Amino acid sequence: MKLSRKQVEHIANLARLSLSAKEITQFQEQLSSILDYFEQLQDLDTNDILPTTRVLSIPCRLRTDYPTASLPLDDLLMNAPDTENDQFRVPQILP
Amino acid sequence: MTQITELTFQEIINSLQSGEISSHQLTKAYLKRIEKLEEDIHAFITITEEQALTQADKADKRFAVWRKDKTQPISPLLGVPLAVKDVLTVHNIRCTAGSKILGNFVSPYNATVVDQLLDAGMVILGKTNTDEFAMGSSTENSAYGVTHNPWDLSRVPGGSSGGSAAAVVANMAPIALGTDTGGSIRQPASFCGVTGLKPTYGRVSRFGLIAYGSSLDSAGAIARAAADIALLFPMMSGFDPKDSTSVNIPIERINLQDNIMPAQLRLGIPKEYFTSGIQPEVEIAIRKAINVLESLGIEIKEVNLPHTKYALPVYYLIAPAEASANLARYDGIRYGSRVDSTEMWDIFRKTRGTLFGAEVKRRIMLGTYALSAGYYDEYYGKAQKVRTLIKEDFDNVFKTVDLIAAPVSPTTAFKIGAHRDDPLAMYLEDIFTLPANLAGIPGITFPVGFDSHCLPIGIQLMGAPFQEEKLIRTAHAYQMVTDWHTRKPIPN
Repeated sequence: MKLSRKQVEHIANLARLSLSAKEITQFQEQLSSILDYFEQLQDLDTNDILPTTRVLSIPCRLRTDYPTASLPLDDLLMNAPDTENDQFRVPQILP
Repeated sequence: MTQITELTFQEIINSLQSGEISSHQLTKAYLKRIEKLEEDIHAFITITEEQALTQADKADKRFAVWRKDKTQPISPLLGVPLAVKDVLTVHNIRCTAGSKILGNFVSPYNATVVDQLLDAGMVILGKTNTDEFAMGSSTENSAYGVTHNPWDLSRVPGGSSGGSAAAVVANMAPIALGTDTGGSIRQPASFCGVTGLKPTYGRVSRFGLIAYGSSLDSAGAIARAAADIALLFPMMSGFDPKDSTSVNIPIERINLQDNIMPAQLRLGIPKEYFTSGIQPEVEIAIRKAINVLESLGIEIKEVNLPHTKYALPVYYLIAPAEASANLARYDGIRYGSRVDSTEMWDIFRKTRGTLFGAEVKRRIMLGTYALSAGYYDEYYGKAQKVRTLIKEDFDNVFKTVDLIAAPVSPTTAFKIGAHRDDPLAMYLEDIFTLPANLAGIPGITFPVGFDSHCLPIGIQLMGAPFQEEKLIRTAHAYQMVTDWHTRKPIPN
Protein backbone atom coordinates (compact mmCIF):
# COMPACT_ATOMS: atom_id res chain seq x y z
CA MET A 1 0.00 0.00 0.00
CA LYS A 2 1.14 3.47 -0.84
CA LEU A 3 0.53 4.91 2.62
CA SER A 4 1.61 3.30 5.86
CA ARG A 5 -0.55 3.42 8.95
CA LYS A 6 2.05 5.70 10.53
CA GLN A 7 1.79 8.13 7.60
CA VAL A 8 -2.00 8.25 7.91
CA GLU A 9 -1.66 9.04 11.60
CA HIS A 10 0.89 11.74 10.78
CA ILE A 11 -1.44 13.37 8.22
CA ALA A 12 -4.36 13.22 10.67
CA ASN A 13 -2.20 14.97 13.22
CA LEU A 14 -1.20 17.69 10.72
CA ALA A 15 -4.89 18.18 9.88
CA ARG A 16 -5.89 18.17 13.58
CA LEU A 17 -8.38 15.36 13.09
CA SER A 18 -8.97 12.73 15.75
CA LEU A 19 -9.63 9.48 13.89
CA SER A 20 -10.76 6.12 15.24
CA ALA A 21 -8.64 3.01 14.60
CA LYS A 22 -11.26 1.91 12.08
CA GLU A 23 -11.11 5.25 10.24
CA ILE A 24 -7.33 5.03 10.06
CA THR A 25 -7.53 1.59 8.44
CA GLN A 26 -10.22 2.77 6.04
CA PHE A 27 -8.36 5.94 5.03
CA GLN A 28 -5.13 3.98 4.61
CA GLU A 29 -6.83 1.73 2.04
CA GLN A 30 -8.93 4.38 0.31
CA LEU A 31 -6.27 7.07 0.09
CA SER A 32 -3.73 4.52 -1.14
CA SER A 33 -5.97 3.40 -3.98
CA ILE A 34 -6.83 7.02 -4.88
CA LEU A 35 -3.12 7.92 -4.95
CA ASP A 36 -2.42 4.84 -7.13
CA TYR A 37 -4.98 6.14 -9.60
CA PHE A 38 -3.26 9.54 -9.57
CA GLU A 39 0.06 7.93 -10.61
CA GLN A 40 -0.96 8.50 -14.25
CA LEU A 41 0.01 12.17 -13.82
CA GLN A 42 3.64 11.07 -13.68
CA ASP A 43 3.37 9.95 -17.37
CA LEU A 44 3.31 13.57 -18.43
CA ASP A 45 6.53 15.50 -18.86
CA THR A 46 5.85 18.87 -17.23
CA ASN A 47 9.41 20.15 -16.86
CA ASP A 48 8.82 23.19 -19.06
CA ILE A 49 5.24 23.88 -17.94
CA LEU A 50 4.41 26.70 -15.56
CA PRO A 51 1.96 25.88 -12.79
CA THR A 52 -1.46 27.58 -12.95
CA THR A 53 -1.63 30.18 -10.23
CA ARG A 54 -4.51 32.18 -11.68
CA VAL A 55 -6.94 30.59 -14.05
CA LEU A 56 -7.89 33.73 -15.98
CA SER A 57 -5.37 36.27 -17.15
CA ILE A 58 -7.00 39.07 -15.19
CA PRO A 59 -4.71 40.80 -12.72
CA CYS A 60 -5.39 40.34 -9.05
CA ARG A 61 -7.12 43.41 -7.71
CA LEU A 62 -6.23 44.74 -4.30
CA ARG A 63 -8.52 47.26 -2.67
CA THR A 64 -7.24 50.41 -1.07
CA ASP A 65 -6.37 49.88 2.54
CA TYR A 66 -8.71 52.20 4.40
CA PRO A 67 -10.86 51.51 7.45
CA THR A 68 -14.56 50.83 6.93
CA ALA A 69 -17.32 49.82 9.32
CA SER A 70 -16.98 46.26 10.66
CA LEU A 71 -19.83 43.97 11.60
CA PRO A 72 -21.23 44.67 15.09
CA LEU A 73 -19.32 42.87 17.84
CA ASP A 74 -22.44 41.06 19.07
CA ASP A 75 -23.03 39.62 15.59
CA LEU A 76 -19.48 38.33 15.45
CA LEU A 77 -19.68 36.72 18.87
CA MET A 78 -23.15 35.22 18.52
CA ASN A 79 -21.89 32.00 16.93
CA ALA A 80 -18.99 31.41 19.30
CA PRO A 81 -19.25 28.33 21.52
CA ASP A 82 -17.86 30.18 24.54
CA THR A 83 -17.30 33.90 25.19
CA GLU A 84 -16.37 36.15 28.09
CA ASN A 85 -16.14 39.96 28.21
CA ASP A 86 -16.65 40.28 24.44
CA GLN A 87 -13.88 37.77 23.71
CA PHE A 88 -13.62 34.17 22.61
CA ARG A 89 -12.94 31.95 25.59
CA VAL A 90 -10.53 29.01 25.29
CA PRO A 91 -8.87 26.69 27.80
CA GLN A 92 -5.59 27.80 29.32
CA ILE A 93 -2.78 27.36 26.77
CA LEU A 94 0.36 28.32 28.70
CA PRO A 95 1.14 26.42 31.89
CA MET B 1 -57.07 24.99 -13.66
CA THR B 2 -53.32 25.49 -13.67
CA GLN B 3 -51.84 25.57 -10.20
CA ILE B 4 -49.79 28.63 -9.30
CA THR B 5 -46.63 26.55 -8.88
CA GLU B 6 -46.97 25.29 -12.47
CA LEU B 7 -46.74 28.76 -13.99
CA THR B 8 -43.64 29.29 -16.10
CA PHE B 9 -41.11 31.89 -15.01
CA GLN B 10 -42.37 34.39 -17.57
CA GLU B 11 -45.99 33.72 -16.58
CA ILE B 12 -45.05 34.36 -12.93
CA ILE B 13 -43.50 37.71 -13.86
CA ASN B 14 -46.49 38.68 -16.03
CA SER B 15 -49.06 37.68 -13.41
CA LEU B 16 -47.23 39.55 -10.66
CA GLN B 17 -46.96 42.69 -12.75
CA SER B 18 -50.58 42.58 -13.91
CA GLY B 19 -51.70 42.04 -10.31
CA GLU B 20 -53.41 38.77 -11.20
CA ILE B 21 -51.51 37.15 -8.34
CA SER B 22 -49.65 38.72 -5.45
CA SER B 23 -46.17 37.75 -4.33
CA HIS B 24 -47.76 36.73 -1.03
CA GLN B 25 -50.09 34.27 -2.80
CA LEU B 26 -47.29 32.96 -4.94
CA THR B 27 -44.96 32.50 -1.96
CA LYS B 28 -47.69 30.77 0.03
CA ALA B 29 -48.36 28.41 -2.87
CA TYR B 30 -44.69 27.43 -3.03
CA LEU B 31 -44.44 27.00 0.74
CA LYS B 32 -47.49 24.74 0.59
CA ARG B 33 -45.98 22.74 -2.23
CA ILE B 34 -42.74 22.37 -0.23
CA GLU B 35 -44.69 21.20 2.80
CA LYS B 36 -46.49 18.63 0.69
CA LEU B 37 -43.43 17.12 -0.98
CA GLU B 38 -40.64 17.67 1.52
CA GLU B 39 -41.17 14.37 3.32
CA ASP B 40 -40.57 12.39 0.11
CA ILE B 41 -37.95 14.56 -1.57
CA HIS B 42 -36.19 16.40 1.25
CA ALA B 43 -34.80 19.20 -0.89
CA PHE B 44 -34.43 21.70 1.97
CA ILE B 45 -32.36 21.97 5.14
CA THR B 46 -34.10 25.13 6.38
CA ILE B 47 -37.42 26.61 5.26
CA THR B 48 -37.64 30.35 5.89
CA GLU B 49 -41.40 30.82 5.82
CA GLU B 50 -41.65 33.87 8.06
CA GLN B 51 -38.91 35.86 6.31
CA ALA B 52 -40.26 34.80 2.91
CA LEU B 53 -43.73 36.15 3.63
CA THR B 54 -42.26 39.41 4.96
CA GLN B 55 -40.21 39.80 1.77
CA ALA B 56 -43.28 38.93 -0.34
CA ASP B 57 -45.42 41.56 1.42
CA LYS B 58 -42.68 44.11 0.85
CA ALA B 59 -42.68 43.21 -2.86
CA ASP B 60 -46.47 43.56 -3.01
CA LYS B 61 -46.25 47.06 -1.53
CA ARG B 62 -43.69 47.99 -4.16
CA PHE B 63 -46.01 46.65 -6.88
CA ALA B 64 -48.91 48.74 -5.51
CA VAL B 65 -46.82 51.92 -5.72
CA TRP B 66 -45.60 51.01 -9.20
CA ARG B 67 -49.09 50.36 -10.56
CA LYS B 68 -50.05 53.94 -9.64
CA ASP B 69 -46.90 55.43 -11.14
CA LYS B 70 -45.10 53.33 -13.72
CA THR B 71 -42.41 55.92 -14.44
CA GLN B 72 -40.17 54.31 -11.80
CA PRO B 73 -39.17 50.94 -13.28
CA ILE B 74 -39.26 47.77 -11.18
CA SER B 75 -36.95 44.78 -11.34
CA PRO B 76 -38.38 41.90 -13.39
CA LEU B 77 -37.57 39.59 -10.46
CA LEU B 78 -39.61 41.59 -7.92
CA GLY B 79 -41.68 39.21 -5.78
CA VAL B 80 -40.34 36.04 -7.45
CA PRO B 81 -39.44 33.20 -5.03
CA LEU B 82 -35.95 31.71 -4.94
CA ALA B 83 -34.33 28.73 -3.21
CA VAL B 84 -30.72 29.16 -2.03
CA LYS B 85 -28.17 26.37 -1.63
CA ASP B 86 -27.12 26.11 1.99
CA VAL B 87 -23.51 27.11 1.32
CA LEU B 88 -24.49 30.71 0.48
CA THR B 89 -25.13 32.85 3.53
CA VAL B 90 -28.35 34.75 4.23
CA HIS B 91 -28.36 37.31 7.04
CA ASN B 92 -29.91 36.00 10.28
CA ILE B 93 -30.64 32.59 8.76
CA ARG B 94 -28.90 29.37 9.77
CA CYS B 95 -26.27 28.28 7.23
CA THR B 96 -25.06 24.71 7.75
CA ALA B 97 -23.14 23.88 4.55
CA GLY B 98 -24.67 20.43 5.11
CA SER B 99 -22.33 19.94 8.07
CA LYS B 100 -22.84 19.23 11.76
CA ILE B 101 -19.96 21.58 12.50
CA LEU B 102 -22.14 24.53 11.39
CA GLY B 103 -25.36 23.09 12.79
CA ASN B 104 -26.08 26.20 14.88
CA PHE B 105 -24.36 28.79 12.71
CA VAL B 106 -26.52 31.84 11.97
CA SER B 107 -24.98 34.09 9.35
CA PRO B 108 -24.24 37.67 10.42
CA TYR B 109 -24.26 38.83 6.77
CA ASN B 110 -25.59 38.14 3.28
CA ALA B 111 -23.51 36.62 0.53
CA THR B 112 -23.08 39.29 -2.17
CA VAL B 113 -25.13 37.25 -4.65
CA VAL B 114 -27.93 36.96 -2.07
CA ASP B 115 -27.74 40.72 -1.47
CA GLN B 116 -28.03 41.37 -5.21
CA LEU B 117 -31.11 39.17 -5.58
CA LEU B 118 -32.81 40.52 -2.45
CA ASP B 119 -32.16 44.01 -3.83
CA ALA B 120 -33.89 42.86 -7.02
CA GLY B 121 -36.92 42.03 -4.83
CA MET B 122 -36.69 38.22 -4.78
CA VAL B 123 -38.22 36.18 -1.98
CA ILE B 124 -36.10 33.47 -0.32
CA LEU B 125 -38.09 30.30 0.38
CA GLY B 126 -35.33 28.43 2.16
CA LYS B 127 -31.90 26.84 2.11
CA THR B 128 -31.46 23.73 0.00
CA ASN B 129 -29.70 20.48 0.82
CA THR B 130 -26.11 19.92 -0.24
CA ASP B 131 -23.27 17.48 0.25
CA GLU B 132 -21.27 18.58 3.28
CA PHE B 133 -19.23 21.67 2.26
CA ALA B 134 -20.32 20.90 -1.34
CA MET B 135 -18.07 17.82 -1.39
CA GLY B 136 -19.92 15.14 -3.26
CA SER B 137 -21.81 14.17 -6.41
CA SER B 138 -25.03 12.82 -4.93
CA THR B 139 -26.16 14.94 -1.91
CA GLU B 140 -25.71 11.75 0.14
CA ASN B 141 -22.91 13.39 2.14
CA SER B 142 -25.25 15.87 3.85
CA ALA B 143 -25.45 15.61 7.64
CA TYR B 144 -29.15 16.45 7.26
CA GLY B 145 -30.31 13.46 5.24
CA VAL B 146 -30.34 12.48 1.56
CA THR B 147 -32.32 14.35 -1.09
CA HIS B 148 -34.33 12.02 -3.32
CA ASN B 149 -34.53 12.43 -7.08
CA PRO B 150 -38.13 13.46 -7.91
CA TRP B 151 -38.04 11.22 -11.03
CA ASP B 152 -37.31 8.13 -8.93
CA LEU B 153 -37.18 8.47 -5.17
CA SER B 154 -34.76 5.54 -4.83
CA ARG B 155 -32.13 7.50 -6.80
CA VAL B 156 -29.86 10.42 -6.00
CA PRO B 157 -30.56 13.91 -7.40
CA GLY B 158 -26.84 14.37 -8.14
CA GLY B 159 -24.76 16.83 -6.20
CA SER B 160 -23.65 18.75 -4.53
CA SER B 161 -26.50 21.20 -5.42
CA GLY B 162 -28.95 18.27 -5.34
CA GLY B 163 -31.47 20.07 -3.13
CA SER B 164 -31.68 23.03 -5.53
CA ALA B 165 -32.08 20.82 -8.62
CA ALA B 166 -34.72 18.59 -6.99
CA ALA B 167 -36.63 21.64 -5.71
CA VAL B 168 -36.79 23.21 -9.17
CA VAL B 169 -37.93 20.09 -11.04
CA ALA B 170 -40.55 19.27 -8.37
CA ASN B 171 -41.97 22.84 -8.56
CA MET B 172 -40.94 23.52 -4.96
CA ALA B 173 -39.19 26.68 -6.21
CA PRO B 174 -39.32 28.44 -9.59
CA ILE B 175 -35.54 28.94 -9.64
CA ALA B 176 -32.59 28.26 -7.33
CA LEU B 177 -28.99 29.17 -6.63
CA GLY B 178 -26.31 26.51 -6.63
CA THR B 179 -22.54 26.40 -6.56
CA ASP B 180 -20.20 24.48 -8.85
CA THR B 181 -16.64 23.54 -7.88
CA GLY B 182 -16.33 20.39 -10.01
CA GLY B 183 -19.78 19.99 -11.56
CA SER B 184 -22.05 20.61 -8.58
CA ILE B 185 -24.58 22.67 -10.58
CA ARG B 186 -24.35 20.91 -13.93
CA GLN B 187 -24.50 17.28 -12.80
CA PRO B 188 -27.55 17.59 -10.46
CA ALA B 189 -29.31 19.75 -13.08
CA SER B 190 -28.69 16.93 -15.56
CA PHE B 191 -29.82 14.17 -13.15
CA CYS B 192 -33.03 16.10 -12.38
CA GLY B 193 -33.83 17.25 -15.94
CA VAL B 194 -33.45 20.99 -15.39
CA THR B 195 -31.20 23.74 -16.80
CA GLY B 196 -28.07 24.76 -14.88
CA LEU B 197 -25.46 27.44 -15.51
CA LYS B 198 -21.95 27.42 -14.07
CA PRO B 199 -20.57 30.89 -14.85
CA THR B 200 -16.98 31.85 -15.66
CA TYR B 201 -14.77 31.86 -12.56
CA GLY B 202 -14.90 35.33 -11.02
CA ARG B 203 -18.05 36.50 -12.80
CA VAL B 204 -20.26 35.99 -9.75
CA SER B 205 -18.92 37.09 -6.36
CA ARG B 206 -17.74 34.37 -3.98
CA PHE B 207 -18.21 36.59 -0.93
CA GLY B 208 -20.49 34.66 1.44
CA LEU B 209 -20.01 31.41 -0.48
CA ILE B 210 -18.62 29.03 2.15
CA ALA B 211 -15.23 28.19 0.66
CA TYR B 212 -14.39 24.70 -0.59
CA GLY B 213 -11.89 25.04 -3.46
CA SER B 214 -11.31 28.75 -3.81
CA SER B 215 -9.69 28.67 -7.26
CA LEU B 216 -12.61 26.59 -8.60
CA ASP B 217 -15.78 27.68 -6.72
CA SER B 218 -18.45 29.55 -8.66
CA ALA B 219 -22.05 30.37 -7.82
CA GLY B 220 -24.68 29.94 -10.52
CA ALA B 221 -28.30 29.13 -11.19
CA ILE B 222 -30.61 26.14 -11.65
CA ALA B 223 -33.88 26.80 -13.48
CA ARG B 224 -36.66 25.26 -15.54
CA ALA B 225 -35.42 26.88 -18.75
CA ALA B 226 -32.50 28.82 -20.19
CA ALA B 227 -34.80 31.84 -20.66
CA ASP B 228 -35.24 32.02 -16.86
CA ILE B 229 -31.48 32.05 -16.33
CA ALA B 230 -31.24 34.82 -18.95
CA LEU B 231 -33.27 37.01 -16.57
CA LEU B 232 -31.51 35.99 -13.34
CA PHE B 233 -27.89 35.86 -14.43
CA PRO B 234 -27.33 39.57 -15.22
CA MET B 235 -28.67 40.38 -11.72
CA MET B 236 -26.24 38.07 -9.94
CA SER B 237 -23.04 38.82 -11.81
CA GLY B 238 -20.84 41.87 -11.49
CA PHE B 239 -17.82 43.23 -9.73
CA ASP B 240 -17.57 42.88 -5.96
CA PRO B 241 -14.78 44.66 -4.06
CA LYS B 242 -15.18 42.04 -1.30
CA ASP B 243 -13.93 39.26 -3.61
CA SER B 244 -10.38 39.79 -4.89
CA THR B 245 -10.95 37.38 -7.82
CA SER B 246 -14.15 39.13 -8.90
CA VAL B 247 -13.97 40.48 -12.46
CA ASN B 248 -15.47 43.69 -13.72
CA ILE B 249 -17.19 42.63 -16.92
CA PRO B 250 -20.86 43.41 -16.32
CA ILE B 251 -23.77 42.10 -18.39
CA GLU B 252 -26.62 44.56 -18.85
CA ARG B 253 -29.19 42.11 -20.12
CA ILE B 254 -29.38 39.00 -22.26
CA ASN B 255 -31.57 39.56 -25.26
CA LEU B 256 -33.33 36.42 -26.39
CA GLN B 257 -35.65 38.29 -28.72
CA ASP B 258 -33.39 39.67 -31.52
CA ASN B 259 -32.82 36.42 -33.28
CA ILE B 260 -33.17 32.92 -32.04
CA MET B 261 -29.66 31.74 -32.72
CA PRO B 262 -26.47 33.75 -32.52
CA ALA B 263 -25.20 33.87 -36.12
CA GLN B 264 -22.58 31.46 -37.42
CA LEU B 265 -21.82 29.57 -34.25
CA ARG B 266 -19.29 26.77 -34.45
CA LEU B 267 -19.76 23.86 -32.05
CA GLY B 268 -16.86 21.55 -31.25
CA ILE B 269 -17.34 17.87 -30.40
CA PRO B 270 -14.35 16.58 -28.40
CA LYS B 271 -13.81 12.88 -29.01
CA GLU B 272 -12.20 12.46 -25.57
CA TYR B 273 -15.65 12.96 -23.99
CA PHE B 274 -17.27 10.15 -25.96
CA THR B 275 -15.42 7.25 -24.39
CA SER B 276 -16.44 3.62 -23.96
CA GLY B 277 -17.58 4.03 -20.32
CA ILE B 278 -20.59 6.14 -21.23
CA GLN B 279 -24.12 4.74 -21.00
CA PRO B 280 -25.23 4.14 -24.64
CA GLU B 281 -28.59 5.90 -24.18
CA VAL B 282 -26.76 8.99 -22.92
CA GLU B 283 -24.55 9.13 -25.99
CA ILE B 284 -27.49 8.59 -28.37
CA ALA B 285 -29.52 11.41 -26.78
CA ILE B 286 -26.55 13.78 -26.93
CA ARG B 287 -25.81 12.95 -30.59
CA LYS B 288 -29.49 13.64 -31.40
CA ALA B 289 -29.35 16.97 -29.57
CA ILE B 290 -26.24 17.90 -31.55
CA ASN B 291 -28.19 17.14 -34.73
CA VAL B 292 -30.96 19.48 -33.55
CA LEU B 293 -28.40 22.21 -32.92
CA GLU B 294 -26.96 21.59 -36.40
CA SER B 295 -30.44 21.94 -37.91
CA LEU B 296 -30.64 25.37 -36.24
CA GLY B 297 -27.67 26.51 -38.31
CA ILE B 298 -24.75 25.71 -36.03
CA GLU B 299 -21.63 24.38 -37.69
CA ILE B 300 -20.37 21.14 -36.11
CA LYS B 301 -16.64 20.37 -35.93
CA GLU B 302 -14.64 17.61 -34.33
CA VAL B 303 -12.06 18.95 -31.85
CA ASN B 304 -9.43 17.53 -29.49
CA LEU B 305 -8.90 18.12 -25.79
CA PRO B 306 -6.03 15.65 -25.31
CA HIS B 307 -5.47 16.16 -21.57
CA THR B 308 -9.09 15.46 -20.58
CA LYS B 309 -8.32 12.20 -18.78
CA TYR B 310 -5.94 13.98 -16.41
CA ALA B 311 -8.65 16.34 -15.15
CA LEU B 312 -9.79 13.84 -12.54
CA PRO B 313 -6.47 13.37 -10.70
CA VAL B 314 -5.67 17.09 -11.10
CA TYR B 315 -9.00 18.14 -9.61
CA TYR B 316 -8.89 15.63 -6.77
CA LEU B 317 -5.47 16.96 -5.76
CA ILE B 318 -6.12 20.70 -6.15
CA ALA B 319 -9.64 20.84 -4.67
CA PRO B 320 -8.80 18.79 -1.53
CA ALA B 321 -5.57 20.77 -1.08
CA GLU B 322 -7.53 24.04 -1.14
CA ALA B 323 -10.22 22.49 1.06
CA SER B 324 -7.72 21.35 3.66
CA ALA B 325 -6.59 24.97 4.01
CA ASN B 326 -10.10 26.48 3.81
CA LEU B 327 -11.56 24.11 6.40
CA ALA B 328 -8.78 24.79 8.91
CA ARG B 329 -11.00 27.62 10.19
CA TYR B 330 -13.45 25.13 11.73
CA ASP B 331 -11.69 24.73 15.05
CA GLY B 332 -14.56 25.16 17.53
CA ILE B 333 -13.30 28.51 18.77
CA ARG B 334 -14.84 31.46 16.94
CA TYR B 335 -17.96 29.94 15.41
CA GLY B 336 -19.54 26.59 14.77
CA SER B 337 -19.99 23.79 17.25
CA ARG B 338 -17.31 22.62 19.68
CA VAL B 339 -16.56 19.28 21.28
CA ASP B 340 -15.20 20.33 24.62
CA SER B 341 -12.00 19.27 26.29
CA THR B 342 -9.67 20.73 28.90
CA GLU B 343 -6.83 20.98 26.41
CA MET B 344 -6.73 23.29 23.40
CA TRP B 345 -5.26 20.88 20.80
CA ASP B 346 -7.74 18.31 21.94
CA ILE B 347 -10.63 20.69 21.24
CA PHE B 348 -9.40 21.11 17.65
CA ARG B 349 -8.91 17.39 17.06
CA LYS B 350 -12.13 16.23 18.70
CA THR B 351 -14.31 19.00 17.25
CA ARG B 352 -13.07 18.29 13.73
CA GLY B 353 -12.87 14.51 14.11
CA THR B 354 -16.37 14.24 15.53
CA LEU B 355 -18.30 16.88 13.59
CA PHE B 356 -16.90 16.51 10.04
CA GLY B 357 -18.41 13.71 7.96
CA ALA B 358 -16.41 10.92 6.28
CA GLU B 359 -16.00 12.52 2.84
CA VAL B 360 -14.90 15.87 4.27
CA LYS B 361 -12.32 14.12 6.45
CA ARG B 362 -11.16 12.08 3.45
CA ARG B 363 -10.60 15.20 1.35
CA ILE B 364 -8.90 17.07 4.19
CA MET B 365 -6.55 14.09 4.60
CA LEU B 366 -5.87 13.86 0.85
CA GLY B 367 -5.27 17.61 0.58
CA THR B 368 -3.08 17.77 3.67
CA TYR B 369 -0.96 14.94 2.26
CA ALA B 370 -0.68 16.60 -1.18
CA LEU B 371 0.59 19.80 0.49
CA SER B 372 2.82 18.17 3.11
CA ALA B 373 6.59 18.44 3.23
CA GLY B 374 8.25 16.03 0.82
CA TYR B 375 5.10 15.43 -1.29
CA TYR B 376 4.20 18.94 -2.46
CA ASP B 377 6.12 18.78 -5.77
CA GLU B 378 5.01 15.25 -6.58
CA TYR B 379 1.30 15.93 -6.03
CA TYR B 380 0.10 19.53 -5.66
CA GLY B 381 2.90 21.06 -7.76
CA LYS B 382 2.45 18.48 -10.51
CA ALA B 383 -1.33 18.97 -10.51
CA GLN B 384 -0.97 22.74 -10.93
CA LYS B 385 1.29 22.18 -13.97
CA VAL B 386 -1.09 19.71 -15.59
CA ARG B 387 -3.89 22.18 -14.90
CA THR B 388 -2.02 24.56 -17.23
CA LEU B 389 -2.08 21.90 -19.99
CA ILE B 390 -5.83 21.38 -19.53
CA LYS B 391 -6.42 25.12 -19.72
CA GLU B 392 -4.25 25.35 -22.88
CA ASP B 393 -6.31 22.58 -24.52
CA PHE B 394 -9.40 24.79 -24.15
CA ASP B 395 -7.56 27.95 -25.29
CA ASN B 396 -6.54 26.13 -28.47
CA VAL B 397 -9.98 24.71 -29.21
CA PHE B 398 -11.70 28.08 -28.70
CA LYS B 399 -9.54 29.47 -31.53
CA THR B 400 -11.56 27.36 -33.96
CA VAL B 401 -14.99 26.92 -32.31
CA ASP B 402 -17.31 29.03 -30.12
CA LEU B 403 -18.77 26.28 -27.98
CA ILE B 404 -18.03 22.67 -27.03
CA ALA B 405 -20.72 20.00 -26.58
CA ALA B 406 -20.21 17.01 -24.27
CA PRO B 407 -22.02 14.69 -21.91
CA VAL B 408 -22.49 15.98 -18.34
CA SER B 409 -22.03 12.62 -16.69
CA PRO B 410 -21.33 9.12 -18.05
CA THR B 411 -24.66 7.87 -16.64
CA THR B 412 -28.11 9.02 -15.57
CA ALA B 413 -29.03 9.27 -11.85
CA PHE B 414 -27.72 6.29 -9.88
CA LYS B 415 -29.29 4.51 -6.91
CA ILE B 416 -28.88 5.93 -3.41
CA GLY B 417 -26.02 4.02 -1.78
CA ALA B 418 -24.53 2.74 -5.08
CA HIS B 419 -21.07 4.22 -4.41
CA ARG B 420 -21.21 4.13 -0.61
CA ASP B 421 -17.91 2.35 0.00
CA ASP B 422 -16.05 3.37 -3.12
CA PRO B 423 -14.99 7.04 -3.12
CA LEU B 424 -13.04 6.68 -6.37
CA ALA B 425 -16.13 5.38 -8.21
CA MET B 426 -18.01 8.45 -6.93
CA TYR B 427 -15.19 10.76 -8.13
CA LEU B 428 -15.41 9.20 -11.62
CA GLU B 429 -19.00 10.52 -11.88
CA ASP B 430 -17.46 14.00 -12.23
CA ILE B 431 -15.09 13.16 -15.06
CA PHE B 432 -16.83 15.36 -17.71
CA THR B 433 -17.60 18.36 -15.50
CA LEU B 434 -14.21 18.86 -13.79
CA PRO B 435 -12.30 20.31 -16.79
CA ALA B 436 -14.48 23.47 -16.98
CA ASN B 437 -13.70 24.32 -13.36
CA LEU B 438 -9.99 23.70 -13.82
CA ALA B 439 -10.01 26.02 -16.86
CA GLY B 440 -12.34 28.60 -15.24
CA ILE B 441 -14.74 28.53 -18.20
CA PRO B 442 -18.56 28.66 -18.17
CA GLY B 443 -20.83 25.69 -18.85
CA ILE B 444 -24.55 25.13 -19.21
CA THR B 445 -26.53 21.88 -19.05
CA PHE B 446 -30.06 21.18 -20.16
CA PRO B 447 -32.24 18.10 -20.70
CA VAL B 448 -32.11 16.39 -24.11
CA GLY B 449 -33.98 13.14 -23.50
CA PHE B 450 -34.72 10.24 -21.16
CA ASP B 451 -33.28 6.76 -20.69
CA SER B 452 -35.32 3.54 -20.50
CA HIS B 453 -35.87 4.08 -16.74
CA CYS B 454 -37.50 7.48 -17.49
CA LEU B 455 -34.50 9.31 -16.05
CA PRO B 456 -33.43 12.60 -17.62
CA ILE B 457 -30.31 12.89 -19.78
CA GLY B 458 -28.50 16.21 -19.99
CA ILE B 459 -26.06 17.75 -22.46
CA GLN B 460 -23.30 20.13 -21.47
CA LEU B 461 -22.16 23.10 -23.53
CA MET B 462 -18.95 24.87 -22.55
CA GLY B 463 -17.77 28.26 -23.78
CA ALA B 464 -14.72 30.48 -23.66
CA PRO B 465 -14.42 32.76 -20.60
CA PHE B 466 -17.28 35.31 -20.35
CA GLN B 467 -19.35 33.67 -23.13
CA GLU B 468 -22.34 32.88 -20.87
CA GLU B 469 -24.64 34.78 -23.22
CA LYS B 470 -23.82 32.44 -26.12
CA LEU B 471 -24.42 29.41 -23.89
CA ILE B 472 -27.77 30.71 -22.63
CA ARG B 473 -28.95 31.73 -26.10
CA THR B 474 -27.97 28.41 -27.65
CA ALA B 475 -29.72 26.46 -24.88
CA HIS B 476 -32.77 28.70 -25.34
CA ALA B 477 -32.79 28.13 -29.10
CA TYR B 478 -32.77 24.36 -28.46
CA GLN B 479 -35.59 24.71 -25.93
CA MET B 480 -37.68 26.70 -28.44
CA VAL B 481 -37.81 23.68 -30.77
CA THR B 482 -37.93 20.84 -28.18
CA ASP B 483 -40.00 20.17 -25.06
CA TRP B 484 -37.74 18.01 -22.84
CA HIS B 485 -37.35 20.86 -20.36
CA THR B 486 -41.12 21.04 -19.85
CA ARG B 487 -41.45 17.40 -18.70
CA LYS B 488 -42.27 17.01 -15.02
CA PRO B 489 -41.91 14.01 -12.71
CA ILE B 490 -44.74 14.59 -10.22
CA PRO B 491 -48.27 15.66 -11.12
CA ASN B 492 -49.68 18.45 -8.99
